[in-house]
Amino acid sequence: MADMHKDPLALLPEILLLLGAVAALLAGSFLPRRRQWAARAGAAAALAASLAAAVFSAPGEDRTVYAGTYALDGATDAVRVIVPAAALTVLALASGRVRGDRRETEFCVLVLLGSLGTVLLAGASDLLLLAVAYLLASIPLYALAGWGRDARGAEAALKLYLLGVLLGITMLLGTAVLYGLGGATDYAALADGLPGAPVAALAVGTVALLAGPLFKAGAVPAHFWVPDAASGATVPAAAFLTTVPKIGALVALYRVLTVLPEQALEWRMLLAVLAVATMTLGNLAAFAQTDPLRLLGYSTISQAGYLLMAVAVAGRAEALRSLLLYLAAYAVTNLGAFAVAAALPGSRTLEAYRGLGRRRPLLAAALTVCLLGLVGTPPTAVFMGKLTVFSATWDGGMAWLTAVAAANTVASLFYYLRWIAPALSISRPGPPPQDAGASGGGGERKGERAATAEPERWAAGTAVAAASATLVLGAGAGWVLGFLSDTLVR
Amino acid sequence: MLSLTVFLPLAAALVLLAWRGLPDAAVRWLWVAVSGADLALVAALWATYDGPGIGHETDRPWIPGAGAGYHIGVDGLSLPLLALTATVFLACAVYSLRGQRDIRRFAALFLALQTTCLGLFAALDLILFFLFFDLSIVGMYLVIAGWGHGEQAARSALKFFLYTFVGSLALLLGFIGLYAASDPHTFDITELTADPPLQGGGAAGPLVLLAIAVGLAVKTPTFPFHTWLPPAHTDAPAAGSAVLAAILLKMGTYGFVRIAMPILPEDWRAHAMVFVAVGVVSALYGALVALAQSSFKRMVAYTSVNHMGYVLLALGAAGFIAGTDEQARSTAVTGAVVQMVSHGLITGALFLLAGVLMDRGGTYEMDAWGGLAGPMPRFAALTAVAAFAGLGLPGFSGFIAEFQIFAGSLGAVPVATALALLGILVTAGLFLWALHRLFLGARRGPKPVGADLRPAELLSVAPLLALSLLIGVLPRWLLDTVEPAARAVVGLVSR
Repeated sequence: MADMHKDPLALLPEILLLLGAVAALLAGSFLPRRRQWAARAGAAAALAASLAAAVFSAPGEDRTVYAGTYALDGATDAVRVIVPAAALTVLALASGRVRGDRRETEFCVLVLLGSLGTVLLAGASDLLLLAVAYLLASIPLYALAGWGRDARGAEAALKLYLLGVLLGITMLLGTAVLYGLGGATDYAALADGLPGAPVAALAVGTVALLAGPLFKAGAVPAHFWVPDAASGATVPAAAFLTTVPKIGALVALYRVLTVLPEQALEWRMLLAVLAVATMTLGNLAAFAQTDPLRLLGYSTISQAGYLLMAVAVAGRAEALRSLLLYLAAYAVTNLGAFAVAAALPGSRTLEAYRGLGRRRPLLAAALTVCLLGLVGTPPTAVFMGKLTVFSATWDGGMAWLTAVAAANTVASLFYYLRWIAPALSISRPGPPPQDAGASGGGGERKGERAATAEPERWAAGTAVAAASATLVLGAGAGWVLGFLSDTLVR
Repeated sequence: MLSLTVFLPLAAALVLLAWRGLPDAAVRWLWVAVSGADLALVAALWATYDGPGIGHETDRPWIPGAGAGYHIGVDGLSLPLLALTATVFLACAVYSLRGQRDIRRFAALFLALQTTCLGLFAALDLILFFLFFDLSIVGMYLVIAGWGHGEQAARSALKFFLYTFVGSLALLLGFIGLYAASDPHTFDITELTADPPLQGGGAAGPLVLLAIAVGLAVKTPTFPFHTWLPPAHTDAPAAGSAVLAAILLKMGTYGFVRIAMPILPEDWRAHAMVFVAVGVVSALYGALVALAQSSFKRMVAYTSVNHMGYVLLALGAAGFIAGTDEQARSTAVTGAVVQMVSHGLITGALFLLAGVLMDRGGTYEMDAWGGLAGPMPRFAALTAVAAFAGLGLPGFSGFIAEFQIFAGSLGAVPVATALALLGILVTAGLFLWALHRLFLGARRGPKPVGADLRPAELLSVAPLLALSLLIGVLPRWLLDTVEPAARAVVGLVSR
């Protein structure tokens, strides 16, 4: 412990996020309500700066800093780029909704803090730091879920909070057990200390520890908050909640699992079963949904299942790179789909999208690209992600899991098409616009917009940009894969 | 130049989409011009191809991390299909000169679809193949859903999409299996062909072949995966039907020749009987069900199942090594490839003619018509020619193809071949009966019959049939290209 590897500059991207959050909070406290956009611009600038710092510092020397508690490696580098980029997308699609709102600054601060927590979650190489990062990634999100201050938002926030606290405590219990067994909390020492530990205790500790990251990833059995958060929270908050925390959580899972002794514990099989349960449950539950946001919520659960496949073959060839590619692809595609929903806040049923193709061809095209992307149609980014993850899984000796995932992909097609089909139907005129009640928006909204109304410009622009990005990322996947490094240090 | 050929239609499609103010007439002629130019490019590719082996090859790294590359090229198997694609799309462009709703998007969609079809036949990488395979499904879905007629169009389109998309995922699963089994890991078709993975027994080989075969069989389609075909055809616009039958179905059979046979030779040989059986059942079932149809278009759709059954029979027979000579097997594969081209030309023509029927009277029901030979002599003549070509009359391409298929398969699987021959009999009967109902007897037209074939219709259908006649009378130019490639496939299978 003599050399703590103190190197504050190595954490510049994280520090910029923190400074941005503090600055935005202070600025927001003093700015009049009409000029709160300045705080929002500041938050966006902090995200952009963090993104730039991450890009310029990558690929750095692979090392851990601060006494082995924080890993700087290929995985962290990638997450440091993906998370701020995703958060910026959320801010962009939220522009129309939060502009002029009484809590405009709060939204941005919560997004920044949540992003910071997510990045720390991904980089943590120590159980205690993992627990802290979990809290930092969770607490801002409780507030974000209830940001709209309406009944549905409150329900979403409460559900998220209760489950988060419960699983957080479980995770701390797991940390304590593993500390007792391994005699250390940092991963390098744990990897040496855990082999030889009693298997039963090891299993209990591991399962308890996994509860936290699984909650953040929205995976079975900690998925109950996802659909409520997706449909109850305001659309931009839902987009953030269902996209960004997953990125950190899956990398954290990946990191912590490679530490565990494989001989003693069949954790690969556990993860494979969780993956199957997650994707199947998400898909089956999505079938009956009529609310597009709830449908998207269940779709994000199924996506978590596919992502868990890469974790199940953690440490084997190409698993990490495929996971990172899939995470990036998922983030941009899922945000694109949410952006379409944010652009049409009045359309709260699938039927309300009927005829979108005639009225808003560009928006309908973006929706089609994003939803087909989530299915995994080439040449979108998620197809490339799925392809690499499926290949890595098959290669890692779990061909059966690949087959199950392919069957699930088929099943997922049905409910995505239930949304695409009315949106693209051009043969029949649409029914009169449906004025759905509360759109998850707050009481201060001046009036509900129906599907025929002018879409939110920022959100629509974000949707089109995200749809284009998913195509570009798909075509340039080879290039991106070249940049992703699959190093993982402890 | 091959890349230019593949992507020229897509570039034109993007121009059409972006240029909103373009008048309809200009759109139509631009479409014809681009399709014509593309056909000329394919012809030039064929003329400068010095086989055997792969010509006009481009191999660039695309996703090196995942073992996929942008690898395209042509050989004796793909050139005829590329030429068929360009020809049929040109015919559709000419056919649409007569007028089409929302022509700008329609043309853009067809041009984009043309790129996916050309790209698929040129692809020498499994992922590239899969990419074009899936995009063709999306494109055809939009054609049927957007321009289909009838109450059920959206439903039929969805059925088509679901079936073929599910098939494509099985295909992807098989491709990933090949990738995982290869060493070093690659999706490159030529590398996988040169060094086939999954040799030497084991459970993985048959399973991978099963996944790939199911994926391709849905697209072909063979019994029992054909149920999406009739509704899709019934509700698609005429040009969409023509492309669906003439080109998209070939993606399935082409996949068998290009991927399943050379890369999984051992498993193909071991399970050749399955493909023969599926082929025979498809041929007989397709013919019998076609016989029972009252709608002209549905009938033609089912004859596609019948014709694709022959292709599968021949490919399965090529997997029987013992007791057959290589010459016979290579004849069977040649016949299969010629059958793909022949079916594309004839069925493309038949579907365009069915579109004329719909245009004039608003129905495909054969019993609603009758006595059409009088008022529409040119239509009657062309339909009769197409029907005779379709039933395999000597002098047309269908005869050359089916003769080679049966001659090549007889030694290997005599019983199956004899059974499949019955299909020819039924097809002959049903085409003659259809002609009888449509053109002879008393006039029962649902409405006053409109004009005979317009120039655009004539100029789109007649060249397809002329080509079929040309192949039937002078087949050497085609066979000289196909035969070396077919021999190569047979050699690869018997490894």
